[in-house]
Amino acid sequence: MSYQTSIWPLAAVLISLVGSIPIMLSGRRPNVRESWTILIALGKVIIVASLLPAVLAGGGFEFTIAEVIPGVPIALRVDAMGMFFALVASLLWLLTSIYSIGYMRALNEHAQTRFYASFAVAISATLGVAFAANLLTLYLFYEILSLSTYPLVTHEQNAEARKSGRKYLTYILGTSIALALPGMLIVYSIAGTLDFKVGGILTGTGVAPQTLALILILFLFGFAKAGLMPFHGWLPAAMVAPTPVSSFLHGVAVVKVGVFSILRIIFHILGPEQLVLADIGWIITTLASITIIVASLIALTQDNLKRRLAYSTIGQLAYMVLGAGMLTAAGMTGGLLHIAMHAFGKITLFFCAGAIAVAAGKKYISQMDGLGRRMPLTYLAFMFGSISIIGMPPLGGFISKWNLVLGAVNGDQLILLLVLLVSSLLNAAYFLPIVYRGFFAEAADPVYDQGIKEAPTFCLIPLCVTACASLALFFYPDVFLRLAQLALAL
Amino acid sequence: MTVPNLHIYVLAAPLLTAFFVNLFGRRSNTVIAILTIGSLTFSSLASLVVMSGILKHGQINYVVGNWQAPYGIELVVDHLSALMLVLISVVALLASMSALKSVSQEVPGREHQLFTLYLILIAGLMGLVLTGDTFNLYVMLEITSITAYGLIAMGKGRAPLASFNYVIMGSVGACFYLLGVGYLYLMTGSLNMADIYQILQTMDGGAAVATAFAFILIGLWIKMAFFPLHGWLPNAYSLAPTGVALIAAPLMTKVTIYLMVRVMFSVFSAEYNFVQHQLAQNIIVWTAAVGIICASAMALAQRDLKRMLSYIIVAEVGYMVGGIWLANETGMTGAILHIVNDALMTLCLFLAVAAIIYRLGSCEFDQLQGIYRKMPITMAAFTVGAFSMIGIPPTAGFFSKWYLLLGGIEAGQWGYVVALLFSSLVNAILFFRIIEIGFFHRDGEPHSHEEAAKAPLSMQIPLMVSAATLIIIGLSSGSLVDAIIKLTIPIGF
Repeated sequence: MSYQTSIWPLAAVLISLVGSIPIMLSGRRPNVRESWTILIALGKVIIVASLLPAVLAGGGFEFTIAEVIPGVPIALRVDAMGMFFALVASLLWLLTSIYSIGYMRALNEHAQTRFYASFAVAISATLGVAFAANLLTLYLFYEILSLSTYPLVTHEQNAEARKSGRKYLTYILGTSIALALPGMLIVYSIAGTLDFKVGGILTGTGVAPQTLALILILFLFGFAKAGLMPFHGWLPAAMVAPTPVSSFLHGVAVVKVGVFSILRIIFHILGPEQLVLADIGWIITTLASITIIVASLIALTQDNLKRRLAYSTIGQLAYMVLGAGMLTAAGMTGGLLHIAMHAFGKITLFFCAGAIAVAAGKKYISQMDGLGRRMPLTYLAFMFGSISIIGMPPLGGFISKWNLVLGAVNGDQLILLLVLLVSSLLNAAYFLPIVYRGFFAEAADPVYDQGIKEAPTFCLIPLCVTACASLALFFYPDVFLRLAQLALAL
Repeated sequence: MTVPNLHIYVLAAPLLTAFFVNLFGRRSNTVIAILTIGSLTFSSLASLVVMSGILKHGQINYVVGNWQAPYGIELVVDHLSALMLVLISVVALLASMSALKSVSQEVPGREHQLFTLYLILIAGLMGLVLTGDTFNLYVMLEITSITAYGLIAMGKGRAPLASFNYVIMGSVGACFYLLGVGYLYLMTGSLNMADIYQILQTMDGGAAVATAFAFILIGLWIKMAFFPLHGWLPNAYSLAPTGVALIAAPLMTKVTIYLMVRVMFSVFSAEYNFVQHQLAQNIIVWTAAVGIICASAMALAQRDLKRMLSYIIVAEVGYMVGGIWLANETGMTGAILHIVNDALMTLCLFLAVAAIIYRLGSCEFDQLQGIYRKMPITMAAFTVGAFSMIGIPPTAGFFSKWYLLLGGIEAGQWGYVVALLFSSLVNAILFFRIIEIGFFHRDGEPHSHEEAAKAPLSMQIPLMVSAATLIIIGLSSGSLVDAIIKLTIPIGF
């Protein structure tokens, strides 16, 4: 595969970082500030999309920012896997930007300028992770993402938010320094490089299976953004953040960055073949399976809608890790695809949760009976998102789950098949009642049959778009499927 | 451009200016400012020229007063000392800009005295890195120490007591060093470093040389506050006038670590340090590890920013001593890179502290509520320095830590690796605690003399420069290591 040198990957990463300056400067004029936000988000999508054709054709781009350590520069590279993630992230960021305008204004939130600026830095870092050419660059942007999202989590500035912020940093920053950093150093001392390479850089170095297992575990837990148990506690706590943050960062960017990093490690550092040889794939699948089942069970018990979504996210993230851990072609494709499918589905659900909070001021599921009749579009979108995540046709989630099931069957791992089936049932059990009660239950609050209407248009449009996109992805998954296959060299 | 013996003028500029400051500085602070900044600017530029000359032509040996070595005093400028020279003069320049304001607020009326000592201290530090003579090194060490005692004693409250404590400890350290040099002189009949090195190669030193080696090391460890000999440092640095802490904190421990490297590799040899004393090597690395952990833990217990930073300095000393004693090239690279990085990030953090104290009169944690709103630029720079201390890329601190950790892994010193990671985590807690207080707590009580003293531009500019340097050095650490640090690694690796 040949990569041409190009400044565009850097532009794609930096546009929102540079863009945070005009955002901060126009803090006093909200309309100008929000125009900048949208403009920058749009620019980002366009740049990423313009890089897509070359990647689909099997090529790519690269750009070296600085030589920092022998053999390991800070460098960007647009390959299929990075493109896959960048495409998801930049598209959803555009929608989130639109959504957050509606949300933040409707609730008249404080410190909106800081909010938008932090958000812009966070999306820069997300693209940086996507386009990182080596593990060091990935780590760099991973840390920037952790730091830039901290002010978003503590946005409320009350005691609870500060406590959650502390928890967030302890988990995310703590594990990355204590586990991922030494993992990276061990890989470097063995391989002498940290470059992402299809097939892995540790292949052929004769590294002992025990060392390989150690490295694997360091990274599985070191990238705690992926929320593998027992390092998942930060995610429900982080739900104190405003809903656009939860929806984008904790439904898409932050958590997927964690999974993406783990997948990078499995695919392009350790190498699937090497893992099969060393026979340590079971570590991944066991951890993931436990997380899937336990998180789904906890989700059942949550009454706070956002917390239920958070636990659902933890379970779904583990799906992706599970797929990668199957180490079969279909399984790994399914794991990667689930990043995109889950992103569109889950962001819809979060958008809906936010819309409900804005329009009705309700956070608890038990108070939402009958609300669907007042907010039919929102609830319809919620249903689409739920079905996608449960993995039923005709929504995108089916495609990835189908591949995961296929991967489990191909690999003769029937226990994993059972895990997937049980989890799907649990997903249905914690999502569908919300929809059902929204439409058909007797109104919990007589108000629901009077005053409440749909959320502001700015909130409504994005959630309809993502719901439709989830539907469209079932019929046209080609781009993402092709990118996934390219990334795995299938 | 080639000026013969330019490195002498680098040292001479602050030394001579010191007397003029004492003579003419009584009347106006402007004169002090012009003299100090002028001489240090000259030193900075000249040291850069010296550095580029060394990179082109290699080591310079200068014989003072034309008394030939090994009898006369020899000044040696090699890559490592040139690097230190640049570091000292640039840090001193940035620190003094801020110190001028801080001192006139904290020690009004005695500025000329303070800056006289201040400049002699800087000259002494430069002398330390230039000298190639073990006894001359002792003289320079005492010049820096004695000026530092005086400077610290100018602080308020218990500062004289802290200074006295430092005098006792510092003198004990100096005695150890001098005794060590005495033993060496007994055995070799020489004081010139290169000469002793040659003689030691040919003789079997035995217990006497080993004693000399141990005495010199212990002496230097006391001076650099290597755990568990660090007792004097936290009080001395936190009670000293802020302007003094500005120069002492970034430079003094780092220069002493340079001295340890100098003695270990220019007087003794790598073979002597690491092969003949393997047990000692292991013990030292483990002591460094324990020191890092203990100092970090003590930093956690502090409720005052300046004291917290003082304990972090003690932990950082452990980083570098451990890195050097890992006995491999990666560790050594990390340690030398960390001398540079740590000096710069300590400078950055102390500059921020100076600005905060200038405005609030204190830097206790309780006072810092809402500080980000009051001093956004200062705190932005502080945050960069904090990230560098934690070791978050792309700030400079990450890269030296990278080499140190890698060196630890290569050497199989897992205790040291764990200590470094632990200390990074503790630093994260320490600094995010401050960020949380300063950023997210609602504003505290208004301060008494707050509006009277906004941190002036002359405090903000060096702060911003140092913060920017941390990122620039971080991003260019690859070329920095290739072009300079690699050449400073002593032979024997």
